Amino acid sequence: MHNKTVAELSAGLQKGDFSSVEITQSYIDRINTLGKDLNCYITVTAEQALATARMADQQRSQGNAGPLNGIPVAQKDIFCTQGVKTTCASKMLDNFIAPYNAGVVERMDTAGMVMLGKTNMDEFAMGSSNETSYYGPVKNPWDLNAVPGGSSGGSASAVAAQLAPIATGTDTGGSIRQPASLCGITGLKPTYGRVSRYGMIAFASSLDQAGPMARSAEDAALLLNAMAGFDLRDSTCIERDVPDYTANINDSVKGLKIGLPKEFFAEGLDDGVAKVVQAALAEYQKMGAELVDISLPNSGLSVPTYYVVAPAECSSNLSRFDGVRYGYRCDDPVDLEDLYKRSRGEGFGTEVKRRIMIGAYALSAGYYDAYYLKAQQIRRLISDDFKKAFEKVDVIMGPTAPSVAFDLGEKSDDPVNMYLSDIYTIAVNLAGLPGMSIPAGFVDSRPAGLQIIGNYFDESKILNVAHQFQKETNWHQQKPPGYE
Amino acid sequence: MSLDADEIKKIAHLARLSIEEKDIPEYSQNLTNILELVEQMSAIDTNGIEPMSHPLEVAQRLRADTVTESDQREHFMENAPKAERGLFLVPQVIE
Repeated sequence: MHNKTVAELSAGLQKGDFSSVEITQSYIDRINTLGKDLNCYITVTAEQALATARMADQQRSQGNAGPLNGIPVAQKDIFCTQGVKTTCASKMLDNFIAPYNAGVVERMDTAGMVMLGKTNMDEFAMGSSNETSYYGPVKNPWDLNAVPGGSSGGSASAVAAQLAPIATGTDTGGSIRQPASLCGITGLKPTYGRVSRYGMIAFASSLDQAGPMARSAEDAALLLNAMAGFDLRDSTCIERDVPDYTANINDSVKGLKIGLPKEFFAEGLDDGVAKVVQAALAEYQKMGAELVDISLPNSGLSVPTYYVVAPAECSSNLSRFDGVRYGYRCDDPVDLEDLYKRSRGEGFGTEVKRRIMIGAYALSAGYYDAYYLKAQQIRRLISDDFKKAFEKVDVIMGPTAPSVAFDLGEKSDDPVNMYLSDIYTIAVNLAGLPGMSIPAGFVDSRPAGLQIIGNYFDESKILNVAHQFQKETNWHQQKPPGYE
Repeated sequence: MSLDADEIKKIAHLARLSIEEKDIPEYSQNLTNILELVEQMSAIDTNGIEPMSHPLEVAQRLRADTVTESDQREHFMENAPKAERGLFLVPQVIE
């Protein structure tokens, strides 16, 4: 059962080969036996899942079931889920029971999907290795000594180990694509504003975007169909029709112009990963696509720019955690300032505190112009590079991450080195473009991903391009030993 | 650009974060490293470039100034660490 894709599960449910309760139970059993080592779930909602599955089966018997009815899904623990603990992997929210559902959770409920549980992540989505979680690091199913990437590391690990058929993630600087690459799965970050941020705990509001993490591009398209769409409650959500993302998935890529930014293939890229990406590009050439050299001259500035914009917005967003209204509160505060300072000091982990402090500094009197304003100006230059590139090409490709999964603990003492794991993904968030990572091969038995970047609202195009690759190759069907 | 212990304390105060004395050298080192990374921005001439705050140049939507939410005060206060009679409790502020 657990080897089936969402598309296959959907077809099987439709034909009556099995029920949603059977699928759900088989995943709960797998989570119970295999989940502990990976630490990919913070909360497993087994009883609730089975109750939802029974309801889904009933709906189906009454003849009103859409394609995702009865399909289990794992939610990143950044999404508010009514009545269920929602922690963002922080001590700050260890006792937080969300009083309402996030917009995307509502949409998946309406589609009849079955939530298996809440996945582990870097604390407040700040990290690239899933080592900053209050609940301990997640392991990569391909090698338990390796990180799964982050921040959506729990979702990536769960999908790769087949402890969920599909999951949600969020991507502020690469947090869907980088863990997808490191765990050998398919992840899509949509255009900024395509998916509602309502009820998704905010990190950097001008960059955050939710998307699917799946075993194939076709599955990602199916989930995006349910996730995407306008939501009045998110003030930056875009009012625009949602196409059926599976409609053009079978189009040929003959004549497709693929842009290769020279900056993505320069120093800093691991040789093994470079070979994997080159082989994938050769595969596209075989399918009739054309490779075009391009340049994104300002993309080298994306990491520095991001580490002003994101911390500045995080310091503002995380000021809501004050020990008064919800979340962690310190013991015996002597006065209000002590209450604020110790609740925050004790409730947040080190990386979160670092970023809040960088942000507070960048926004403090006398520094705003030199940091935040300057970063926003460079952000425009980075974005303009992409606009020029898309005048010449249909999609842009390159590596998702500069290396395959690194070992646990390898980079955790060196924040700047850790930040460079997102060197190829961050520019896409700064520009607000959609981007994907798909499995493209292995280096020393650890997966490596190919990144596909599309123009604004071209999710259909990149899903089509990814699906065509997955029809010709079987990298996405490889399973980690022990989790087959 | 490097941040010394006093500056770390000042920033921590601005952000209302208690940090332990023994952790200050590490914060100082790491934040300095991050600022050095960020410093690469200063090599770029950005004169006359309009700052970008929304990738799609969309302005904030406005809505009519009417009540759209129902009253869920008690429900929302269930997560409060300390509350009484519908009020959040904090240490005494006014003598």
